[in-house]
Parts: sequence; C-alpha cells; structure tokens
Amino acid sequence: MICAQALEAYGLRALGIGERLLPQADITLCQQVVLIGSGMIWNVYFGILALGFGFVFAVALAVAKASPTRALRKPAEWFIFIFRGSPLFIQFFMAYEAFVMLPRIGFEFTLLGVDIAAETRWFARAWLGALIVLFLNTSAYTAEIFYGALRAVPKGDLEAADAFGLSGWKKFRRITFPTTMRLAWPAYTNEAIFLFHATALVFFSSFPAFQQRGDALYYANYFADRTFNPFVPYPIVAIYFVILTLGIIWGFAVINRRLNRHLPNAERQRLRIRPQVIR
Amino acid sequence: MFEFCTDPSTLDTFRWFSCYLTNGAHALFYQSFLVVFALLAVTAPVSLAFGFGAAAASRARMLPVAWLGKLYTAMVRGVPDIVFFLFFILVLDQAIEYLRHQINCPDWPEEIRQGANFLVCPEARTPSSNAPQWVHEVYGFALAVFTYAIVFGAFCGNVLYGAMRAVPHAQLETAEAYGMSRAQVFWRVLVPQMWIYALPGLGNIWLILIKATPLLFLLGIEDVVYWARELGGSRNSSYQYPHPDWRFWYFLGLLVFYLCLTRVSEIALAWLTQRLSRGQATAAGEALRKATA
Repeated sequence: MICAQALEAYGLRALGIGERLLPQADITLCQQVVLIGSGMIWNVYFGILALGFGFVFAVALAVAKASPTRALRKPAEWFIFIFRGSPLFIQFFMAYEAFVMLPRIGFEFTLLGVDIAAETRWFARAWLGALIVLFLNTSAYTAEIFYGALRAVPKGDLEAADAFGLSGWKKFRRITFPTTMRLAWPAYTNEAIFLFHATALVFFSSFPAFQQRGDALYYANYFADRTFNPFVPYPIVAIYFVILTLGIIWGFAVINRRLNRHLPNAERQRLRIRPQVIR
Repeated sequence: MFEFCTDPSTLDTFRWFSCYLTNGAHALFYQSFLVVFALLAVTAPVSLAFGFGAAAASRARMLPVAWLGKLYTAMVRGVPDIVFFLFFILVLDQAIEYLRHQINCPDWPEEIRQGANFLVCPEARTPSSNAPQWVHEVYGFALAVFTYAIVFGAFCGNVLYGAMRAVPHAQLETAEAYGMSRAQVFWRVLVPQMWIYALPGLGNIWLILIKATPLLFLLGIEDVVYWARELGGSRNSSYQYPHPDWRFWYFLGLLVFYLCLTRVSEIALAWLTQRLSRGQATAAGEALRKATA
C-alpha cells in the first residue's frame, strides 16, 4: 500500500509532477526505489536524444575527417581532439559558464521580444544545455569510431562500386555507408553504453537541478546524504543502470543482426560488449 | 610578488594581470595542479597492482579465487563509475570508523547506526576531531586515491587478463616442456611477454584516468576545479582585485591543460609501444627487426 503511495507521489517527481517536497524523514525503501527510478527518466532522455542527434553529426564529422580537402579535414580533426581529449566534467562546467554568460554578452533579440529572451535562458538549464554538451561530446567519440570504420572499408568493395559505375553520393549511400556501419557497430554499442553512463554527471556538474528535478544519481546522492547510509541508494542506481545497459545491448544487437542479415551465419560479427569507463 | 603590486587599482592592464596571477590565492591554485599529478602518480601504479592481482586471481586454479578475481573485474562494468566513486568514499570512511570503533571501544553502549546518524565513539573518529587541518586533507586525499585505485584496478584487471590470454600458448607449453613449474612459467614467460599486448588497453585506461581526475572535486578535494570555481567567481570592489565572473576563462585554462596532458601522453605511449615491441613476436616487432638488419 505504502509503495503505491510512493509511486503516486514520486513516480514522475523528476519531471516536477507529484509531491513537491522530497522525502525528509522516515525514508522507506519504496520511496528510494521510486524516486531514483523517476530520475532515470532524465538519464534516458539525455542518452537517447544525444545519441540520436550525435549519430547524424558524427557521420558528417567522420566523412569530413576522412576528406582529402584540408579545409574540411582540419576542423573535424580539431573538434574530435578537443572533445575526446578533455574531461566531460570540465566541458560541462565550461558550457554552463558560457551559457550563463550568453544573455549578458549582448545578444539583442528585441525584434521578437519576450519569446527569444526566454530562449537564451534555456541554455543554462540542464534539459537543453547539458544535452548540447552531451551531443557534441558523443559526436566526437562516435566520429572517431566511424572514421576508423570508414578507413577499414574493404578496397575491393569500393573498386567493385566503381566498376558498376557508382560514384559520389550513390556510392556512399549504397556501398561505403552500410559497410561502415557494419564495421563500426560493435564499437558504437560501447559508445552508447558509455554515453548513458556519462549522463549521470549532468546534475553533478554545474547544471542546477531546477526545483530538485534531477537524475537518478542526484536523488541517490540526496538519499545517501539524508540517511548517511550509502548501502541502499547507490546499489539501487547501480541496478537501474545495469538494466538500462542490458536494454541498450539488446537494442543494438537487434540492429546489428539487421545490418548483417545478408551474411552467412558463421561470418556474422558477434557483438562483443566491452563497456568503457568515464570520459 | 612584485613591488608595484601594493595598489592594484592604479595599474595598467598588463601589470594588473601580472600582479593578479601571482597573488597568494593563485599560488594555491597552481599548487592544486600538483594534486592532479600526485593523484595520477599514486593511482596508476596502485591500480596496476590491483589489476595484476585481479588478473592473476582470475587465472587461478582454485575456483573461489578465480571467481573473486572475475567478480571484481566484472563489478565495475555496466554501472557509471561516478556511482562507485561516491559509493566507495562513504563506505571506506564508514568501514574505517567502524573497525576502529570495534577495536578502541568494545563496550560502547549505544548503537552506531541511529536512524540517519552514524555515530562512533570519539576515539574512533577518523581523523580525530582535534587533528590539524592538513591531517584531514591528507586523509580525504588518501581515501580518494584508494577509491580511484579500486575502480581503475578493475579496468586494469580486465585488460591484463586479456593480455595474459593473448600470449601465444606455444610459449607456455615450451616452458612447461623445459620442466618449469606453474609459477615459473607465469613469472618468467607469461609476465614479461604480456605487456605489449596489454599496452593499448592500459594506454586507454591511462587517458581515461587523466580525464577522471577532475572528479576529485566531487569527492570533496580542493583540486583544480575547486580553485577554478573559487577564483573565477566575481569579486566586487571590496576585494583587492575586483573582476566580473571569469569562471569560463578559468575552465578554458583547465581544458587546455587537460588537452596538453592528453597530447603528451599520446606521444609518450606511442614511444613506449615502439620500445616494448623490440624483440616481440608481433608485426611491430618484426618491422623493428627488419629496420635494424
């Protein structure tokens, strides 16, 4: 019964729906599980959107990095180096400070009035600001993976494409890109897992949890501070993340099977999951 | 620092900055970079040792030992390590106080865990409440280092376990054929050869470790991030060096610092790979042999 109450009060607390005050005293296990679970909404939100947008940008970056044109290659190389070579934590801090400065620097949107003035403020909020950082960060890591795969496309495939009279966009669309995806997919799965783990950093780095709407780790940390007992909330977060990780592995394995569906069974690449660490 | 720094408000920009960047608070900021290097210098060997132990345990013939090794390396997968950082630092702290409580005051009448409180007897407080400030700082840093070592030890264990399995099996069989014992095969044949296989993985972990150092801030250490936030915050005219919110520029500085550290590490790792490939039965080793011949 009490669990149902906790679910009603805190099930969507991370979105600001439900009880306004977080549990203060006599914290039950149910409340911890429910509230931390509701925080996972943010982790999933950041992960899915950043991955989705990042995928498109990463393909463009990888192609730019593999391009013989210096004007395209150099910016892509620098972008990838900067975002892969520095801690995500620092990137969050920096982005937040930059976003906070935005309106002050003197962007004048007086033409459109109130609407735009509100929009610039959104950059300093986690839902947009942190999403942008995660998007740029995962784009850089993914682009490096795709770049490696792009260079590993078998020479024979490309020669065969030339022989068939394919060139330019058509060649890329039909030959290069599908093979790149096939080659990159196992590594890309790791990157996806890795990104979801990185979302746990959002509310620990500068971005304030507006009205205590935070992610799973934010609430876990809240409980650990309240009860001074780390043995309950952190394992709960851990279990949630393990479940999330298994879900990602499953989803990516389905796509992997589809990507390799034309290959005879023995030649199919098996997904080898090697989750990475912090970035 | 300089003589003309007595009244900064009268100085021109260049001199103002030369005073500002050399004042006492900035000296502390520069010192905190040493904290980063200290963390790297201590954590790297300790976690390598943990990882080596874990990898060796995973290969053990006694099943419980092998399970223990595998459990340790599997533990950190699937869960963000920031969770482990926050978890272990509390657990270690409480474990130490609990143990000292049991030893120092066995007949303490009250419960340790009272609702939301964790109360041990005064003698078990670690570090004791009247200890000087630096003891508290060193203790906090030691806990943080140990936490890092546990987490990164598991990653190293993973890599080293793979590297041990990558050493050509014929080498081990040959050693056994010469009558070496299991321990001798391990120490004289397997361990010297495994490093070249482990290096790419260990290199990655090193780069990740570098990028994990700012998380020290979350563990309550006064590291570079702490000082960057502290110094960057805006100062009104009641301070000697008033300035607006400069945190962005301080973080930009940190970003450049980390980029340089990464770049230098990459170069060093490339050199090390070359060096370790000497005389190895790999393609890189073969290339080196041909180049000298």
